[in-house]
Amino acid sequence: MRKTITLTVAAALLATTALAHDKAVTIASWGGSYQEAQSKALFEPAEANTGVKVKQETYGGMADVRLQVSSGQVTFDIVVSGSGSAARAAAEGLLEPLDYNVIDVSNFHTGLYDDYCVGGDVFSVVAAWNTNTYGENGPQNWADFFDTGKFPGTRAYRGTVSGALEPALMADGVAPEDVYAVLDSEAGIERAINKIRELKPNIAVFWTSGAQQAQLMKDGEVDMTTGWNGRFDNAKKDGGKVSYTFNQGLLDYDCFAIPKGAPNKDTAMAFLAEISKAEYQDDLPKYITYGPTNKAAYDTGEITAEVAAGLPSSPENSAKQLPISLEWYAKWETIAAEMYQDMLTE
Amino acid sequence: MTVTDLNASGLRRDDRIERWRLFGLASPALLIVLVILVIPVGWLFYVSFIGADGTFSLENYERMIKRRSYARIFQTTFEVSLITTGLCILIGYPLAYFMSQLPLKWANLCLITVLLPFWTSLLVRTYAWLVLLQRQGLVNDWGISLGLWEEPIKMVHNLTGTLIGMVHIMLPFLILPVYGAMRAIDRDYMKAASNLGASPARAFWTVFFPLSTPGLFAGALMVFILCLGFFVTPAVLGGGKVILVSMQIVSNIELFVNWGAASALGVVLLMLTVGALWIASRFVRLEQMTGGGH
Repeated sequence: MRKTITLTVAAALLATTALAHDKAVTIASWGGSYQEAQSKALFEPAEANTGVKVKQETYGGMADVRLQVSSGQVTFDIVVSGSGSAARAAAEGLLEPLDYNVIDVSNFHTGLYDDYCVGGDVFSVVAAWNTNTYGENGPQNWADFFDTGKFPGTRAYRGTVSGALEPALMADGVAPEDVYAVLDSEAGIERAINKIRELKPNIAVFWTSGAQQAQLMKDGEVDMTTGWNGRFDNAKKDGGKVSYTFNQGLLDYDCFAIPKGAPNKDTAMAFLAEISKAEYQDDLPKYITYGPTNKAAYDTGEITAEVAAGLPSSPENSAKQLPISLEWYAKWETIAAEMYQDMLTE
Repeated sequence: MTVTDLNASGLRRDDRIERWRLFGLASPALLIVLVILVIPVGWLFYVSFIGADGTFSLENYERMIKRRSYARIFQTTFEVSLITTGLCILIGYPLAYFMSQLPLKWANLCLITVLLPFWTSLLVRTYAWLVLLQRQGLVNDWGISLGLWEEPIKMVHNLTGTLIGMVHIMLPFLILPVYGAMRAIDRDYMKAASNLGASPARAFWTVFFPLSTPGLFAGALMVFILCLGFFVTPAVLGGGKVILVSMQIVSNIELFVNWGAASALGVVLLMLTVGALWIASRFVRLEQMTGGGH
């Protein structure tokens, strides 16, 4: 027994010294089928091609990064984050600025990267409906979603403010391109919340997770809901009676960031440059129906026209949507969240 | 110095040594309490006064006063906890009484049935209610196909569903202490009461019920306090509309990425809980619940 332990310790020590010579990065993501897709499409192939050792971990989001940075014990080199949380973490000084001389974003959709976070995949907040209730002619825009006369039935809506106000304003007659200008004041936020307040008697559930959206639709608990397109595709695959439209969807993205003081910052930067290339990004839709952030990934031939038609970032679909504004979230999210909470608890 | 004095000082010394020994025996437990309770709670207080910029600030408390939602969330938390406790008493007390009157063999069987849900994870039991109660769930499907009602009844994703789930999960916490207290009541008391001419109802209310109250208070208080911190069940069955303090603590951590914003909620909840205990202690002697003070 003692011998085994000694051997293990020795082996571990050897491994550590070996790694110190090689380059290595620790990547934290959200686990589940999402991280599996990232691992198969991005991390593992890039590891094989660059020789950089990849250590994967799962984590609970930016709260973990804050803890690591504030205690000076940073172990993550790269973290996967929602674009909004990344923007807030950046404003707090928790992230390293990215070097776009190293990472090539010349083919990226505009707005899918910023100074601290480079987009990894694109998803969309869409309106989904139960095809048992409405057939194929469900709500085609947010005005329809909020119109209980034209579309009687129960709704589900997001339980937090993120991605909740933009649809309400579009339903209230604001043109998509003006949405963030109108939201740039407490009065504008209140206008959006009032629209949701109006719909509230018809909102059966305020959802809080992606799994919940899929479940609500599969079980027929509500007739329509807002949610992330990939979840509805999965629900459909599982036999759920659900359909959705990209029209007026909110184009959002998950991104990669480097925590302030990451132990292998330079390797991480180079690794991000690698996985942002089209040759990796074009494999992602094979494992999950989220689109690449690099437009060139559509030109490699890996993504068929049929697959592209179902991805939020395909040229045709992205043209119908409103890219979410990170500046707005960085500036207003906490204020808007509390106003939203007031509405929820009424 | 007389012999008595010598004896007395010897006794005092023995007494001191005895006390130190007892303290020595208790010290590991005291240390654990200090490390896992006193220090973290102290830290919670401290962090709640740290603002977003990392300096001393009252902003976490100001926010709770300024925004309407916080008062409502605390109100909902106490309302839901009170109603759950009330329902648990209404259902649990008669059941415990029934069990206490059974022969021990049958009572033990009942006890196992009461405890059985503990063997299943809380999350599983909560989701089971979701499956049963939702719009196209088992209960609605059967009710409609049997012609009992026509339109699906809204039983979940609201307060009703939350209460059903919470009562189900909390019931054993009430039944166990009540049953224990009832078993301990000498049956001869009731016989004596009848012998002295009391009707069964009078014998129950003047003799049995008062003797069972320590168990009832202990169970009710346990249910109430556990409810105050409940998270999973209201989060799943409340449909996002029944928001309790614990849920707000989670959203504050996610939203403000700031422990202080969440700690302040924890502190206020702790204060209110202590306050509720204090009020309860005005009416009930708390030491009764542990079986002392008879």
